[in-house]
Amino acid sequence: MYMTKDLVFITVIGKDQKGIIANISNAVFKHNINIEDLNQKIMGGYFVMTMLADTTDSGITISQLKEELSQIEARMGLKIQVQHENIFKAMHRV
Amino acid sequence: MEYSLEEVMETVQMTLYHNFDIRTVTLGINLKDCINSDLDIFKKNVYERVSGYGKKLITEASKLEDKYGIPIINKRISVTPVALIIEACVEPDAPVQIAKVLDIASKDVGIDFIGGYGALVQKGMTRADERLIDSLPEMLSSTERVCAFLNVASTVSGMNMDAVIRLGKTLKEISSRTENGIGCAKFVVFANAPEDNPFMAGAFHGVGEPDFSLNIGISGPGVVRSVVEKNKDCNLTELSEVIKRTTFKITRAGELIGRELASNLGVPFGIVDISLASTNKVGDSVAGIVEMMGVEKMGAPGSTAALALLIDAVKKGGAMASGNVGGLSGTFIPVSEDSCMNEAVRVGALSIEKLEALTAVCSVGLDMIAIPGDTQASTISAIIADELSIGVVNNKTTGVRLIPVPGKKAGDYVNFGGLLGETYVMEISAFSSKDFILRGGRMPSPITSMRN
Repeated sequence: MYMTKDLVFITVIGKDQKGIIANISNAVFKHNINIEDLNQKIMGGYFVMTMLADTTDSGITISQLKEELSQIEARMGLKIQVQHENIFKAMHRV
Repeated sequence: MEYSLEEVMETVQMTLYHNFDIRTVTLGINLKDCINSDLDIFKKNVYERVSGYGKKLITEASKLEDKYGIPIINKRISVTPVALIIEACVEPDAPVQIAKVLDIASKDVGIDFIGGYGALVQKGMTRADERLIDSLPEMLSSTERVCAFLNVASTVSGMNMDAVIRLGKTLKEISSRTENGIGCAKFVVFANAPEDNPFMAGAFHGVGEPDFSLNIGISGPGVVRSVVEKNKDCNLTELSEVIKRTTFKITRAGELIGRELASNLGVPFGIVDISLASTNKVGDSVAGIVEMMGVEKMGAPGSTAALALLIDAVKKGGAMASGNVGGLSGTFIPVSEDSCMNEAVRVGALSIEKLEALTAVCSVGLDMIAIPGDTQASTISAIIADELSIGVVNNKTTGVRLIPVPGKKAGDYVNFGGLLGETYVMEISAFSSKDFILRGGRMPSPITSMRN
């Protein structure tokens, strides 16, 4: 059976430093969000990370989650985006 | 992971660094059922319809901006051509009264532009059409957000030269009644106007449309420019291929958002307009793409070929991505709204004649061009006739948005402010076609229109 999940991509771009993944994981855990997948590497001298997160059980809206992550964004000097998975499906899968 | 990190980052970078956005979501609204012989009831019906749906449009569009992280720059409304709905009104100023209601309703809910104040007069004018045309200077100088259009030519009907004669004078009058002639920026004259165009100033909700229709205009000159920049060494066949792929992706994003918005509003989804639309932001310029392709300045020899290749690739990518491509779906090269176009005019690389040539291939018209304030009305009519002939003969849409700027001559700088940008006044031929234009009548439709 196929279950509809509410998946979002959390993407991070910024200077590599300690605690990026720890901070973000903590924030999503606090809101009962499950991390489905995580990928990170250094691209062109920058740390980039993509996290696929399932918000189905959390009840949090994307704008609330953005608000929450914007504190980490400001504190650590990162660029964090939160976008629903559908947009990636539309753009990268036929 | 189902998506590679590179794929995810490509989308993220498009919005973060290359100005990828949804340029406009435009809700087409039928106003025919608002008509009432009592003008006050009629106005009340129009206000309620427009403000009610306008409010919903803004709320739902903002939710999707949050969900997908892609900005939706403009949320707009287009309505049934106003000349049609005022046919039965006896009040001489009925068109302007309706315009004022549209203006207030838009302002009250935060819609920045509303289109549809216009008429389709390619073959002739009804009394209501004439009233509407006569009211244009008054309407454009007394409202803020209402945009006007007039379709004066089509491939099947030819060109209504009596209307074209009138428009030369009308444009001069609009110009004299608004600062820097800015009222003219809210008025487009068309050949073959599409009924589902989401872009202002020429948007209207055509008579073949349902009660509502949600049309979306995607945009991404910055995104396309960046792929061209990344592919400096490839030949034009390969370049076309990479542009096509990129356009496919941005059109898919547009289609997704358009469909979801229509569904959330409970209205039918109309079309995706895949036109590349410039803004004055650095890097968000169609002329900038042409220059990145290797043309030194827009307007130099090679510009027409480069633009032809560009829009062909855009159309192929867009057509694969959406089964509902419509509207204008061509290239927008509005002079004052595109920083590279302006620079090309300033240094003398781009003339109005070259702009006309570009429209024969792919551009949708002479757009946002400032001309000297003392240009003769008959010369303005002649420029309109030339441009629209290209549309009529080639079975495509062409539009004209000229701004005669009072007191300015060729080469002078003029700032229209905000979205409308800034520009240099273009030089217009000093030779007259008055005797030709003033013959009037209707230019017959071309032989190519007989297709049955």
